Amino acid sequence: MERYAWNWGILVSQPYVFWILSGLLWTVLVALAGWLLALVLGSILGVARTVPNRFVRALAAVYVEYFRNVPLLVQIFLWYFVLPELLPQAAGQWLKRDLPNAEFWTAVVSLGTYTACRVGETLRAGIESISRGQTSAGLSSGLTMTQVYGYILLPVAYRVTVPALTSEFINIFKNSALALTIGVLELTSRTRQIAEYTYHAIELFTCATVTYAVISLIVTYAMRLVENRARLPGMIASQPTDA
Amino acid sequence: MRLDIAFIVDHLPLLWQGMQVTLLLTLLGIVLGIALGALLAVARLSGVRPLAVAAAAYVDLFRLLPLLLIIFWVYFLLPLWLGRPIGGFYSALVSFVLYEAAYFSEIIRSGILGIRRGQINAGLASGLTYGATMRHIVLPQALRNMFPVLLVQCINLFKSTSLVYVVGVNDFLMAADVIGTKDNRLIEMYGFVALVYFTACFLASLAVSRLQRRYAL
Repeated sequence: MERYAWNWGILVSQPYVFWILSGLLWTVLVALAGWLLALVLGSILGVARTVPNRFVRALAAVYVEYFRNVPLLVQIFLWYFVLPELLPQAAGQWLKRDLPNAEFWTAVVSLGTYTACRVGETLRAGIESISRGQTSAGLSSGLTMTQVYGYILLPVAYRVTVPALTSEFINIFKNSALALTIGVLELTSRTRQIAEYTYHAIELFTCATVTYAVISLIVTYAMRLVENRARLPGMIASQPTDA
Repeated sequence: MRLDIAFIVDHLPLLWQGMQVTLLLTLLGIVLGIALGALLAVARLSGVRPLAVAAAAYVDLFRLLPLLLIIFWVYFLLPLWLGRPIGGFYSALVSFVLYEAAYFSEIIRSGILGIRRGQINAGLASGLTYGATMRHIVLPQALRNMFPVLLVQCINLFKSTSLVYVVGVNDFLMAADVIGTKDNRLIEMYGFVALVYFTACFLASLAVSRLQRRYAL
């Protein structure tokens, strides 16, 4: 250990500083795009898990069980290596050869579909926590079931699940590191690459560690603001917390 | 494209070798992770301020990092520190223990905190010592409370061991990957890996939720 040649300057030297920044950019892009997909799909799943239709509920349950019980890394490999082979030849070729940034999109779809099952379960719990009377009140005042979900159940479910959704949002940033296994040059991948070139692993991994820490702090802080604004009056946790 | 089931059957012995590594990593990770996690939980609840702060900092730090980054940290740093290479298996094991301990400690801590203070007071008032109160009253209930969550975390650990792929450990996924790449049979291999993981985790989760309903306090 005593012979380690410290050089913190490596972090701001060219070209490495640009590699690190582009890595950060990819991490943020993968996580945000994946989160968008997860929110949309997760909302659909949350609804599908609670609707009064057995077939739809069973379908959503199958989705959730698959994505929950297969390791994320295996899911990524299935999307990346197996899916193009299972599609009709033309589509498979397009995925493998012609789609620009195929690794990026694969990572987004993998993370998005995986996180969607967790978001869906969170929203389901949120929807189930709402008393049945609200649905009955909505229906008896003439709303359709779709309107009950759109105007009553989902808005409340989002608001009561903000803290749980926040930790899923932080998780997707952490999980985005797995994109390096299919060649996305995100933050962890870039810092490891530079560490291998320069033998300054400690400085580079410290940089990555601090960056992930800062990302979670920013997300936590921003979501706390959202949480305070979205808080439902009259619920147990309705005292605002310090942001 | 035609699926070749015989190909999978032919390679079952090799896959089983990989699965043994996966299971060994999972088992060692669980035992050592829970041990370190329990220490961290005790430190946090000890009431000794520097200890509690250090344990809390540890838990918070490890929970905000990607597991992959921790694996790389250990993989590069430990040999540097020890002065000799330690290989992928031990790097991965150390990473899992360090990382999972943070999660285990939170589970154990909230299990203990879930016991009402009145129980401790009642124990003390009926003449038990503090240690005896902990052993006979608080911990049995806390264990019962935390057991299902601990099991869920163990299932998560089992799934996470697939990440040893990045440091080249010959676990279940890596074994399948090597076989599939050599003979251009990745579809069968990855499909089989997914099926095995799915079946194992699905059944284990089902068992946990049964247990949870039976033993809920």
